[in-house]
Amino acid sequence: MIVAEWKPIPELLASLKGHKNVLLVGCATCVAECAAGGEREVLTLAPVLKMGLKDQGQEVNIITRTLERQCEPEFVEELSEIAPQVDAIMSIACGIGMQLVAERFIDLPLYPGVNTTSLAIREQAGLWTARCAACGDCMLGETFGLCPVARCAKSLMNGPCGGTRKDGKCEVDENTECIWRLIVERAEAKGRLEDLVKVRPSKNWSNSGHGGPKRMLREDLR
Amino acid sequence: MKTPVQTQLQQAIAAGRFALTLEIGPPQSPNPEPLRQKAALIKGLADGYNVTDNQTAVVRMSSIAASKIILDLGLEPVMQMVCRDRNRIAMQSDLLGASALGLKNVLALSGDHQKASAAGKLQGHPGAKNVYDIDSIQLIATIKGLRDDGRQEGGDPIAEPAPFFIGAAWTPLGTPRNFRVLRLAKKIAAGADFVQTQAVYDVPAFAAQVQKARDMGLTDKAAILAGIIVPRSAGMLSYMDRQVPGVEVPAELIARLKQAKDPKAEGIKVTVELIQAVREIPGVKGVHLQAIEAEELLPEIVKAAGLSPQDRG
Ligand code: SF4
Ligand code: SF4
Repeated sequence: MIVAEWKPIPELLASLKGHKNVLLVGCATCVAECAAGGEREVLTLAPVLKMGLKDQGQEVNIITRTLERQCEPEFVEELSEIAPQVDAIMSIACGIGMQLVAERFIDLPLYPGVNTTSLAIREQAGLWTARCAACGDCMLGETFGLCPVARCAKSLMNGPCGGTRKDGKCEVDENTECIWRLIVERAEAKGRLEDLVKVRPSKNWSNSGHGGPKRMLREDLR
Repeated sequence: MKTPVQTQLQQAIAAGRFALTLEIGPPQSPNPEPLRQKAALIKGLADGYNVTDNQTAVVRMSSIAASKIILDLGLEPVMQMVCRDRNRIAMQSDLLGASALGLKNVLALSGDHQKASAAGKLQGHPGAKNVYDIDSIQLIATIKGLRDDGRQEGGDPIAEPAPFFIGAAWTPLGTPRNFRVLRLAKKIAAGADFVQTQAVYDVPAFAAQVQKARDMGLTDKAAILAGIIVPRSAGMLSYMDRQVPGVEVPAELIARLKQAKDPKAEGIKVTVELIQAVREIPGVKGVHLQAIEAEELLPEIVKAAGLSPQDRG
């Protein structure tokens, strides 16, 4: 899923300065799964914003909506009746959903209520960890199903750096596994350590954002 | 086609002399004077002097500029290059520039993550965007391409090869340990000519890893220089044992420094013994010696350890 997290409340309050009627809109898909932008979070955040602004002497009316998927125009269209009643929109969907809303209601300022951070899974209750960086050149087949692009702090392609901690965690974070240690262990468990010996050449990053904004065209579907 | 390379370090290794490299960290300043002073202190001792590349992700004078400054003073630099800050375009451009300036030894490293920059007393740049377009092994292959294949990583030809003696780092006792010799094999397959290791204190454990490398024929293809860091206190050793990845310090050694009346002098004795011990390991072709924040001790240690130029064969 696409993972996002709330921006600091003071930042949210500052962005809503001067607005009287604000539409707070969430999304019931990824950001609901990561407890940042679903219906529950919309309903939690609205009074927090209202009270926070009130403390600063600003009365604001917050209208709440949660779309099924904020990244689909059909669902965004559901906001067309309410939009004329507000002077700003705050979205707590991922950056994709936010942009669709901003594009559809171009006259209204759109404020991001969350920071979109990663493509991740819920590893445990209350813990989400990155899995993919959309690199455009998937190498999971060579790394026993573990992604070194998203999960190695240095996106190394040829094995662990010298910084793997003694307990097998990554040098940058004592709570994050060194993914290369896990790759090596998986290879070993399958008796295929030799598979990791081949030097993997420099990666072609051009099918990701590094090649310019991605544009996938499928003539057969047009 | 292999392009011939001549550096003092390469010649020492080729001649079967026991090689010695030391390290010089560039200043956090545009003033070359501190660098010149450090250089004067250790000139004439070693075959090569590693010049670090924004080590621990702290901004310092560039390793190319600092390398050129010490080259002009008669010290042969080993220019370090990390993959954190530059993409393959910038790195190759800097390599051509370095070659034009007369720099011939280059050591390819992944580099410390920028988060490390805020770990000490300094603020560093933990908010920086890192690059890691290529990793250290791909960098080695890229340098080899510039040297032996007369071509850039992307395939375009270069008019003249860049004659680099290519170095790599090795953490023989790192986690996961049974991959570390294979990782060395990858670096050598990619083109490393010499290898400097993480600090060695546990000589038998290190020797066992070198033995595995020897069994795979790796020590014939690249020269291993054992890393030695002069211990200054029991505290320093136990910190390294607990915290520094890939460094194992035997408990006896920590106890020995603890009991010593003069830990600094004892540290020098330990250093001399370590150097003598690694020198006995078949496949070890030299040492990479560091005296962190105590460079003034190096001339004495080098002499005591029998590493003066005339003692190294
Ligand atoms: S290799 Fe690339 S595409 Fe595959 S999981 Fe990792 S980042 Fe995603
Ligand atoms: S410790 Fe492991 S995961 Fe962390 S940067 Fe090094 S290789 Fe990557």
